[in-house]
Amino acid sequence: MGAALAKRTLAAKPPTSKRRRRRPQIGRFVFLGAFILFVLAPLYWMFITSIKPSDDYLAVPPVWFPSQPTLVHYTAALFAYRGIQGIVNSLIISIAATALSALIGTLMAYSLARFETGGKHLAFWVLSQRFLPPIAVVLPIFLIYRTVGLHDTHFGMIIAYTTLTLPVSVWMMYAYFKGMPRSMEDAALVDGCTRWQAFWRVAVPLAAPGIVAAAVFAFIACWTEFFFALLLTSRSAFTLPTVFRAFLGFQGAQYGEASALAIVSLAPSIALGVLAQRHLVRGLTLGAMRG
Amino acid sequence: MAEVKIRGLHKRFGAIDALRGIDLDIEDGEFTVLVGPSGCGKSTLLRLIAGLEEVSDGEISIGSEVVNEIRPRDRDVAMVFQDYALYPHMTVEKNIGFGLRARKMPQPEIDERVNRASAMLGIEHLRGRYPRQLSGGQRQRVAIGRAIVRDPQIFLFDEPLSNLDAQLRDEMRWEIKRLHREISTTMIYVTHDQIEAMTLADRIVLMRDGIIEQVGSPAALFERPATRFVAGFLGSPKMSFISGRLVRSGGEIAVAVDGDGAAMVLPVGRDGLGVSDGARVLLGIRPEHINRANGVSPPAGMARINATIELLQPTGSRTFATFRLGDTSALAELQAHDVSAPGETIALDVNLNRASLFDEATERALS
Repeated sequence: MGAALAKRTLAAKPPTSKRRRRRPQIGRFVFLGAFILFVLAPLYWMFITSIKPSDDYLAVPPVWFPSQPTLVHYTAALFAYRGIQGIVNSLIISIAATALSALIGTLMAYSLARFETGGKHLAFWVLSQRFLPPIAVVLPIFLIYRTVGLHDTHFGMIIAYTTLTLPVSVWMMYAYFKGMPRSMEDAALVDGCTRWQAFWRVAVPLAAPGIVAAAVFAFIACWTEFFFALLLTSRSAFTLPTVFRAFLGFQGAQYGEASALAIVSLAPSIALGVLAQRHLVRGLTLGAMRG
Repeated sequence: MAEVKIRGLHKRFGAIDALRGIDLDIEDGEFTVLVGPSGCGKSTLLRLIAGLEEVSDGEISIGSEVVNEIRPRDRDVAMVFQDYALYPHMTVEKNIGFGLRARKMPQPEIDERVNRASAMLGIEHLRGRYPRQLSGGQRQRVAIGRAIVRDPQIFLFDEPLSNLDAQLRDEMRWEIKRLHREISTTMIYVTHDQIEAMTLADRIVLMRDGIIEQVGSPAALFERPATRFVAGFLGSPKMSFISGRLVRSGGEIAVAVDGDGAAMVLPVGRDGLGVSDGARVLLGIRPEHINRANGVSPPAGMARINATIELLQPTGSRTFATFRLGDTSALAELQAHDVSAPGETIALDVNLNRASLFDEATERALS
C-alpha cells in the first residue's frame, strides 16, 4: 500500500520541464477552439442568413458577409408569418407552465424528500413518467382536449406543458432537498416555526439554486417544444416552434425568415442563461452546498 | 425552567429499535449529559424531547405537561445542533433573532434580547456577518446565542463541540459550563466524548443499545460503575479487565487470575459478595491504580506483582505501560523514569481498594 501511495504521489506531481508543461496546454486550446467553432459556426451562419438578401442564400462561392444586409426577413417572419403572435403565445404558455411546474414541483419534491411520501419508490415513479415516449400519450390527449374544449387554448397548453415538465422539475429539486441538511429545518421547528414556515423561510431560500435551475430547464423545454404544440394547437394558441413549419412551403425553403425567427427565439434562452448562470452552476451540482 | 420526566419510552424506526424502554427523571436546573457510543440512541432521545421525532411508545413530560403530541415550537425548548444549523442566508443578527421573529415578538424587544445574548457570548462585532464568514468557534457561539436568546425552559445540545478542534473544544466546554452557572436552566447535553461528560455533567446518563446502563454523578459512575460497559467507557486510558476465579479461604476472598494463578486478595469489607466460591469474575483495575512498587511490602489492600513490560506509551508527564497479568493484557500508569525500555521486569503494586469486580457472565458489578 505504501508503494502504491508513493507512486500516486509521484504521478500527481506536475511535470517540471517547460516543454512538457506547454504541450498539453496547446492541445487543450486546439480542442477547445475546435469545439467553440463547432458550436458557434452554425449560429454565425444562421445570423448571416437572416440578414442576407434571398439571392445570396445558396450562392457559390458562399457569401460570408452580405454586402447589403437587410432586415426584411425579420419583418416578414414576425408579421407576415405571424411570428410575433407565436412569440406572445409561447411566452404566456411557457411562463405560466414554468411557474406552475416550479411551484408544484417544489412542494412535491420537498414532500418526497423529507417525508418519503408514497414510500421509497414514488419519487422514481414520478421521474419514470419522462421515459414514456410523448407520441404514446399525445393522441389520447388530443382526443380528450377536443372533447372538453381545451384544444387550441392557452390553458390547455399550460396544463400539457406543466405535466410534461413536472417529472424533471420534481427530480431535480428532490435531489437538491435530499442533499440539504435537515438540521436547519429542525432548528427552525424548534425555534418556533410551523412545518410550513420552516419550508418557506428556510428550505425554499436554501433550495433557490435548485429551484431556479429546474425552472430554467422547464422554461427552455416549453419554449422549444414542437410535437405537442403541433397537434394540440392550430390558429389561436400556436407557439413559436410551430411557426417554423410555414417556412418550408411548396415554394421552397424561406431560409432568411427561418433564420430571422430562430435568432429571435434564441433571445429568452440566452437572457435566462446569463441571468441564472450563477444559480445554474450551483443547481446543477446538485446538493453540493455547505452552510 | 422545568424538569423532564420520561416513562417507558420506546422509539422504533421501521424494524430498528432505537430506544427500548427509557425511564429517566431530569431535575429542574440540572445539567444532564447523555453519553454513549454512536448508535446508542442518545441523539434520538434528545430529538424526542425536542419533538423532532414521534414517540413510538411511552411518555415524555416537560414541567407538569405531557408533550407527546405537542409540536416542537410549543415545547419551549431550544436546541444547539452538531453542524450548528445556522441559516446561511441570514446574518448573525437575523439568525439569533429568528426564533423571536417567528414568535412575532415586537422588534425593540428582539433587538434588546439579541444585544444581550451577543454580549454574553462576546460576538457583538459579528452581528452583520453571514455564517460562511465565521470560524467554527464563532458559528458555535452564534448557535448557542440563538438558543439562549429565547430564554427557554430547557436547553438541548446535540454533540455541539464535535466539529471543533481540540483547543476550541476545551474553550467552548468551559463557556457552556459558565453559561449553565449563569442562567441555571435545565440542560440536556448529548456527547460521545467521556471527557465532556465528566467535566460538564451534574449527572451522567450512560446509554448503550437503546437502554440506559447507569445514571449518576460523574464520580459515582467512575468510582462505582454498575456494569463492565460503564467501567470500560469512562476513563482514558481504559480500565483493564482481568479474568479469574473467586476463591474463598478462611475469612479472605481473592481472585485467582487466569493463566498464572496469582491470587489477588481483595481487601476486607468486600466480603459477602453473594457469589459462590469458584465463580468466574472480572477484576477491573484502572491504569492509575497500578503503579511502580514502593517499599518492602505492599500497603494494605495492595497486591504486589512482577511484570514484564511489553509496550510503553509515554505521554510526557506519565508513561503508560502494557504488561501481561495472567492471560490478560493490562495497563499501568508509571512515572516517566520508572521504566527505560520494553522487556524490563519491574515490581508493580495493584491497588485493590479501588478495583471493581464484575460477574463474568452478566458483566454486572458485584458489591
